[in-house]
Amino acid sequence: MRRSGTGAKLISVPYVVWAALFIIAPLFFVVYYSFTNAAGQFTLDNIHLLTKYIPTFLRSIWFGIVATLICLLIAFPTAYIISQKSDKIQRTMILLVMLPMWMSFLIRTYSWMAILQDTGLINSFLVKIGIDPVHMINTGGAVILGMVYNFLPYMIMPIYSVMAKLDFSMVEAAQDLGSNRINVIRRCIIPMSIPGVISGITMVFVPSVSTFYISQKLGGGSFDLIGDVIERQFQQSYNYNLGASLSLVLMILILLSMAVMNHFSDEGEMVI
Amino acid sequence: MENNVIIALKNISVTFGDNNVLKDLNLNIRDKEFITLLGPSGCGKTTTLRIIAGFVNPDEGEVIFDGKKINDIPPHKRQLNTIFQRYALFPHLNVYENIAFGLRIRKQSEKQIKETVEEMLELVNLKGFNKRNITSLSGGQQQRVAIARALAVKPRVLLLDEPLGALDLKLRKDMQVELKNIQQRLGITFIYVTHDQEEALSMSDTVVVMDSGVIQQIGTPIDIYNEPRNAFVADFIGESNIIDGVMIDDCLVDFSGHRFVCLDKGFDKNEAVDVVVRPEDVDVTEPEKGMLRGTVTSVTFKGVHFEIIVDIGGFKWMIQTTDYHPEGANIGLYIEPDAIHIMKKSEYSGMFGDYSSFSEEFDELSEIDEEEEE
Repeated sequence: MRRSGTGAKLISVPYVVWAALFIIAPLFFVVYYSFTNAAGQFTLDNIHLLTKYIPTFLRSIWFGIVATLICLLIAFPTAYIISQKSDKIQRTMILLVMLPMWMSFLIRTYSWMAILQDTGLINSFLVKIGIDPVHMINTGGAVILGMVYNFLPYMIMPIYSVMAKLDFSMVEAAQDLGSNRINVIRRCIIPMSIPGVISGITMVFVPSVSTFYISQKLGGGSFDLIGDVIERQFQQSYNYNLGASLSLVLMILILLSMAVMNHFSDEGEMVI
Repeated sequence: MENNVIIALKNISVTFGDNNVLKDLNLNIRDKEFITLLGPSGCGKTTTLRIIAGFVNPDEGEVIFDGKKINDIPPHKRQLNTIFQRYALFPHLNVYENIAFGLRIRKQSEKQIKETVEEMLELVNLKGFNKRNITSLSGGQQQRVAIARALAVKPRVLLLDEPLGALDLKLRKDMQVELKNIQQRLGITFIYVTHDQEEALSMSDTVVVMDSGVIQQIGTPIDIYNEPRNAFVADFIGESNIIDGVMIDDCLVDFSGHRFVCLDKGFDKNEAVDVVVRPEDVDVTEPEKGMLRGTVTSVTFKGVHFEIIVDIGGFKWMIQTTDYHPEGANIGLYIEPDAIHIMKKSEYSGMFGDYSSFSEEFDELSEIDEEEEE
């Protein structure tokens, strides 16, 4: 270790500078703004104001949980099916999973507006085949759909990468010991995929909770999420202090949920 | 004999792509015996085992278990269990839960499970390891857990796919003895796959020597060693000098320019044959007293004996002797009648048993290749 001491330090200089500029400094400003007023004096007013936003926080967390669960329900079987295919088909299917991510997030969300609108793609089709149009845009369901659609690849990828590496002889061993297909999945494949599931949950839940824009465009403003409130504080109200304190609380919430997740995955690793 | 056959393979053929892995294989396995499928990599021994386990479906032929055809019965419904090459223990479960896996599937009560697991841990000398994680165990311990896990569900037949391949030599020897003990104590059938001839000879009741998808010989270890059926078996099991000879009459064979008395009968007069002489069965004498004479071309000290290569009329013999003979020495060879074994000519004639290209290094290299292939 000593041998590479100075060299390693030198090499790490750019990263330390980068981290200080773009990670530490912003964090410092978030905390600073949270506890000061517009005049720069220390105050707890921002924190007190937060109580007004408790319903928004709760809605964000609730939507985040629902979107994450739906992602998990879709991603797990998808990842399993992909991992069972031949290498060539696996590559193609993974490419298809990633494909939407090559397009701008904004464009994807706008396209969903076009699809879900009262006079949009789905409803014009329904009307054409003689079914009454369904109101979909500007509902909570539309917001969750937007989240699931946008973050699904982040759930599929980690689960798939764990499953693709599973030793198939484990499956044979499970069969050998008397497991039918259901038992193989329940007692062998699911427990061994837990590390992928945990990182998938983290990677979907965090952006879902903090997202804005999706809720504005697909929720029509009636399903404000905490990300939207924060954005408004900076873009419209110019109340940096309240925005910062909202961000701080959101950050703490996310860190807490990640800690809980890490606790699970640590436990997982101990067993795994 | 026929009555206590537990598994029978009848006219089994398997093809992977254009690779004919097994060709019309027939094998009867008796209840409670320790049978070993022995052969080089790619000979079809593992495929045979996987057919019995149910992981491979033969293209042709029947798999009979206890008198019933089981071709269409999936692995989880067969009354046999496998020890996998790399153990395939479940990393998400501890030692206790690994062993309990099959019992939980069979929905046994907690009490029953605990009893069986404790019994199994004792059987494999791992008492007190219940809560240990699989990854914290050494290779030998993992091996024992794999054995306990397979035996916990009380199979009638245990299939072992090169189970000791990953262990070091000392541990392997210990485990050989232990496996044999377990087999005798439980009185169940063991079907063992290996490419290690020593392992096969020291553990088995019956050895099945295979090459390129065909059974070359079935017999007791002593039969296989002393009475190899063809040049492949003679060469694969131990060291052999395999010389072209001509059967003059019953118990009289001509090779290397000399007529030898032997014990083999039943060949045609003047039939061309392969003659096997084991390196340890040749006595070295003064040149003038020997039946054959030759020059020592290389000497290797092996501890128990010297391994010398002797050039006799252009054919190089390997001879093991406890006396030192320097390179270049002229020596005589004396061969007792019971040291000579006569084999019919086969497709393997001329491929083995000549030590002119012999070198230890070469042998080791080809062994490494073999392992990589698998």
